[in-house]
Amino acid sequence: MRRLQGVRVPHLKSTAGSAPANMTNLDVAIYPMVQHIGAPAEAVRQKGDAVCVGTLLARASGPVSSPIYSGVSGTVEKIEEVLSSSGKYVPAIFIKPDGAMTPDPGLALPKVSDTQSFVQAVRDSGVVGLGGAGFPTGVKLDVQDLSRIQEIIINGAECEPYITSDTRTMLDRSQDMLEGIRLLQKYLGAKKIVIGVEKNKPQCIRAMKQIAGSAGAVVVKELPSIYPQGAEKVLIYHTTGKVVPEGGLPIDVGVIVLNCTTLATIARYIRTGMPLVEKCITVDGSAVEKPQNVIVPIGATLRAVFAFCGGFKSQPGKILYGGPMMGISVPDLDMPVLKQTNALLALDARDAAPVDATNCIRCGRCTNICPIGLAPVSIATAYGSGDMEGLQKIHANLCMECGCCSYVCPAKRPLVQQNKLAKAALAAWQKSKK
Amino acid sequence: MDQKLQITVSPHIRSSVTTGGIMLDVVIALCPALVAAVLLFGARALYITAICVLTCVLSELIFERITKRTPTIGDLSAVVTGMLLAFNLPVSIPEWQAIVGSVVAIVVVKQLFGGIGHNFANPAITARIVLLLSFSQSMTNWTKPGGFSDGELVSSATPLAIAAEGTEKLPSLFDLALGRHAGCLGETCALALLIGGIYLLIRRVITWHTPVAFIGTVFVISFFAGGLSLETAFYQILSGGLMLGAFFMATDYATSPPTGWGKLLFGVGCGLITAAIRLWGTYPEGVSFAILLMNILTPYITKLCARKVLGAARAGKVQKT
Repeated sequence: MRRLQGVRVPHLKSTAGSAPANMTNLDVAIYPMVQHIGAPAEAVRQKGDAVCVGTLLARASGPVSSPIYSGVSGTVEKIEEVLSSSGKYVPAIFIKPDGAMTPDPGLALPKVSDTQSFVQAVRDSGVVGLGGAGFPTGVKLDVQDLSRIQEIIINGAECEPYITSDTRTMLDRSQDMLEGIRLLQKYLGAKKIVIGVEKNKPQCIRAMKQIAGSAGAVVVKELPSIYPQGAEKVLIYHTTGKVVPEGGLPIDVGVIVLNCTTLATIARYIRTGMPLVEKCITVDGSAVEKPQNVIVPIGATLRAVFAFCGGFKSQPGKILYGGPMMGISVPDLDMPVLKQTNALLALDARDAAPVDATNCIRCGRCTNICPIGLAPVSIATAYGSGDMEGLQKIHANLCMECGCCSYVCPAKRPLVQQNKLAKAALAAWQKSKK
Repeated sequence: MDQKLQITVSPHIRSSVTTGGIMLDVVIALCPALVAAVLLFGARALYITAICVLTCVLSELIFERITKRTPTIGDLSAVVTGMLLAFNLPVSIPEWQAIVGSVVAIVVVKQLFGGIGHNFANPAITARIVLLLSFSQSMTNWTKPGGFSDGELVSSATPLAIAAEGTEKLPSLFDLALGRHAGCLGETCALALLIGGIYLLIRRVITWHTPVAFIGTVFVISFFAGGLSLETAFYQILSGGLMLGAFFMATDYATSPPTGWGKLLFGVGCGLITAAIRLWGTYPEGVSFAILLMNILTPYITKLCARKVLGAARAGKVQKT
């Protein structure tokens, strides 16, 4: 089996040894109705309502959607549109915390007895792909014909620089993960479970081997430390040798991929009845005074989280949701921690200095390192000349925006940006042709 | 409102490799051969190289000024072109011809097509061919190493010409490797070029595909054409512009295919054409023509050797979900 290409990015995982601190004091908590892929959640609270930790704020509004729960106790202050990281305005519930962090007395253990009730419990838990993608996990696990599932892959690759929140899950919550694995075996009939971890995390590999030993039919696969091992298609290929076909889903080749924190969170919900209300996130970057891992109530503003970590040691030039390879830069610090936020990075002026793109020198680096085998230069050329058939022919739609091409480009060209534009244009063209 | 935060599309970190850094590596890799040229052909080798480099840089600067483009001399690519062109000239070349060649390389071959990355042919190679066809006499007026420094020009035939015509005694393989034979000022010392080539490989500026395929093909063909003679094979790969061409000019990014298979095919093509011209053509040397011809084929090779896309649906059958 050939190994897929990628890039050796700096790891910068200096927070790996930092056991997460708890952050509970918030001035405000903000819950946008879009914290997942799919239809926006539908608010069920109004101004003035009292809420507790774990109280339902918004319910799933369709088959592909996810409920949102409060991470603090307090009062609903207002419902107002906020700017989301995608650049769209979405309604959000603002809560004034009372500081008590009282759990909702109405929380009950979900009744799980068979596959259907298990999948329903996962839907109710509010869990989405916590690795960053945010796809509702209940929808992913809702496989009608269980015999289609040959393998479930647990994603512990954590290939993005800086981020160590999954590392902490594997180290601190391996028992939750073990419980989760047993649930998958019991209710989804998972015959084989593979835990994929990058080689640069030997401690995690040891912890995972330990839980693999306590559950049957679980193997730990050590992955090369080459970005992007955690990308779904790359992970599936390197753990099973299977190739997800164009336009298909992992389940089409008998595979389901779950992030390790996603799995642990599902297990905790089923054990305690507490839905997804908090996240362990890595706070790091050159502008952060005290880089560390923090368990943060979802809804906390970035301003509060950075303040908790000692504030900034220098003026930040760029603030990111997520890692530096695929993370999203945000316009201000009043945006909240979302369900799928796994890291907040503040880069100082030097790290955030803009780079000037120069002529492509056709060195071929982007083409040779693309994990999928795409030719970003050809995509840029075809997009530039409006050649939609050309884009389709070179499979521009398969780009997963991992960032490798832009990373290696010596001319510092914005290749990922071009790919994104090309994908959108291609999708619109294909739709118009139908 | 907070202080201004930058909003850009990911990724937010970039590798430290830059165009200028790559070109600097090529300049460094050419230095052993430059030192060898000065030792072999005297200070005039450095003088000619300086003329070419200066003319290349100046003509790039002036052209970009006139056409109101962003100046790009900082990326050092004009320096590389100047050095490579100089290495392809006989040390006795008149200064004005070296200047004409440099202007042709930068203005006609590079800038008129859009500047760095947009030229379809290697500027230094093309300029060398233009000079060869325009000033055949001075471009083939070879000097014996060490024959210029004492002010007396002692002309000599190149090893490939000797091999073709059999007029003089052939230099030994050892002399060939050290460059103690007539030829262009930067091409004779195979050893120095090899050191530079290995440096480029270590720095990952180039990959092994093109040089190995190019030199390997010439080696194999010469081996068989020379009646299974290893000596002939080594003789062929150590003489002429092969080392310079295979490591420094056939590996030019803009004018060669990007993928490994593409580079292999490109190198084999260069090797075939070089060997054919050397063995059966009227010119004693064919490296420049081989590279130029393969430059023209590059878009087709690139298309032919595109990488396989993981999970891609068959052409024309894009799955819909």
